[in-house]
Amino acid sequence: MRPRIYGLENEYGLIFAPNGRVYLPMEKILGYIFEGLIPNSWPSNAFLTNGARLYQDTGCHPEYSTPECDNITDLVAYDKAGERLLEQCLPAAEERLKEEGLIGSIHIFKNNTDSMGNTYGCHENYLMRRDLDFWRITEQLIPFFVTRQIYTGAGKALKVSGKTHYFISQRAQHIHEKTSSSTTSSRSIINTRDEPHADAEKYRRLHIIVGDSNMSELTTYLKVGTTAVVLSMIEDGFTIPKIELEDPVKAIREISKDPSLRKKVKLEDGRELTAIEIQYEYVEKAHEYLDLVGADPVVLDILERWEGLLGRLSEDPMQLSREIDWVIKKEMMDSYMERKGCGWDDPRVQLIDLQYHDVNKTRGLYYLLLKEKMLDRIVSDDDILMAMTVPPQTTRAKVRGDFIKFAREKNRSYTVDWTYLKLNGYWEETILCMDPFVSTNKKVEELILSSSYLRIFR
Amino acid sequence: MAQEKKREKKKEPGKKDGEASPAPRIAEKGKKIKEDLDKLVDKIDDVLEENAEEFVKNYVQKGGE
Repeated sequence: MRPRIYGLENEYGLIFAPNGRVYLPMEKILGYIFEGLIPNSWPSNAFLTNGARLYQDTGCHPEYSTPECDNITDLVAYDKAGERLLEQCLPAAEERLKEEGLIGSIHIFKNNTDSMGNTYGCHENYLMRRDLDFWRITEQLIPFFVTRQIYTGAGKALKVSGKTHYFISQRAQHIHEKTSSSTTSSRSIINTRDEPHADAEKYRRLHIIVGDSNMSELTTYLKVGTTAVVLSMIEDGFTIPKIELEDPVKAIREISKDPSLRKKVKLEDGRELTAIEIQYEYVEKAHEYLDLVGADPVVLDILERWEGLLGRLSEDPMQLSREIDWVIKKEMMDSYMERKGCGWDDPRVQLIDLQYHDVNKTRGLYYLLLKEKMLDRIVSDDDILMAMTVPPQTTRAKVRGDFIKFAREKNRSYTVDWTYLKLNGYWEETILCMDPFVSTNKKVEELILSSSYLRIFR
Repeated sequence: MAQEKKREKKKEPGKKDGEASPAPRIAEKGKKIKEDLDKLVDKIDDVLEENAEEFVKNYVQKGGE
């Protein structure tokens, strides 16, 4: 399988829970959080030494974009690093509020919905070749995105016409179109935003906004990993005949509403298949494809897990309670209800549904299960710790990370974006980095070298 | 196979009170799971925010992307 650049963006939910009742604008809290990450100013958009970007998004959400990664394991570590970076800012931000007489706690949630039905996203980005028929590829991708929620969903208890149901995916109920260019008004399965942050003649971006934010490392790993395999095989012409769904938007909602995974959805050719059966079609084609083109150990691991989990999902989905977010959370909520003799409408059960996603390690229920060794992992705490400050070593993110580290050490102001770097002031040359696969840059190396040379002889 | 036979043999004396032989083991396992579950639920209660209803109700965000 050919190399590819991947990136994940997460919009986090943010709330201040005051001990007294004082309304506080979220902008202010967000400002205090960012102070902990980027000293000296109130930046609403900043790149970090790990190559990632942190900024204030639509609706006053803190948003973290991973740096460019060229393998899925790295991506999981950098996604988790985003949670840790935000968490580490909380004590100082709470202290700042206390100085103003506001005592309480700030909570950051990595989920996709609030209690009013507002939604915010987790966006996946896959760099893809420009010279392919994008629309033909999306036709093949849509049934995959509609059905992959059975192992990528984050789960959500929702009241529908007076009765609470457990839905597999948080995002599925907010999807209204097959394809669209909008990310806020008419959310779609495939978004057509095309900013490759690279040579636009060679590349375009596949921007996916249909997925949930994931807490489980394995869920993120499988979400991006299986998508990467499917995208590659379709790009290379390994397509599945007659897989198109009659009504993908209806199907994504129907599948989401059935945790037993038995719901059949209609295909254009009249067949009715379950999500598991549709996923099997993709996994079989992926086998055929990877047997031919070959794959690295990570991709082979993804293929093996993908196939294995489809088998277990068809036996009993609850077997995935160490790996897949919606199952992990459902099992916890089921256990709680059983022990307490309460139902889905109990406020404590609804709180579990939310607090599973709290990024704070002492409060978050995902982290409680992790501490109890009840969950499987893909990366280690050390990997995540390293990913908080050190950029991926094999992509453009390394150049950016090294540059930012240098500028900060020299206390120099700088302007950085995905494709360029600039030191502000006397040395104002803009350094372009258009190729995300290239992890070295002569100009940046010279800059760092010349500066240490000057220091020796000063 | 051989192992199974051995186990059956061993269990024979216990069969006197008319109990099916694997039952105590299942019950034991069930008890263990139940204990673990009790412990977990206690731990969840320890970290759950006070006043669950108000907390959930106040969790309102502006819509994002």
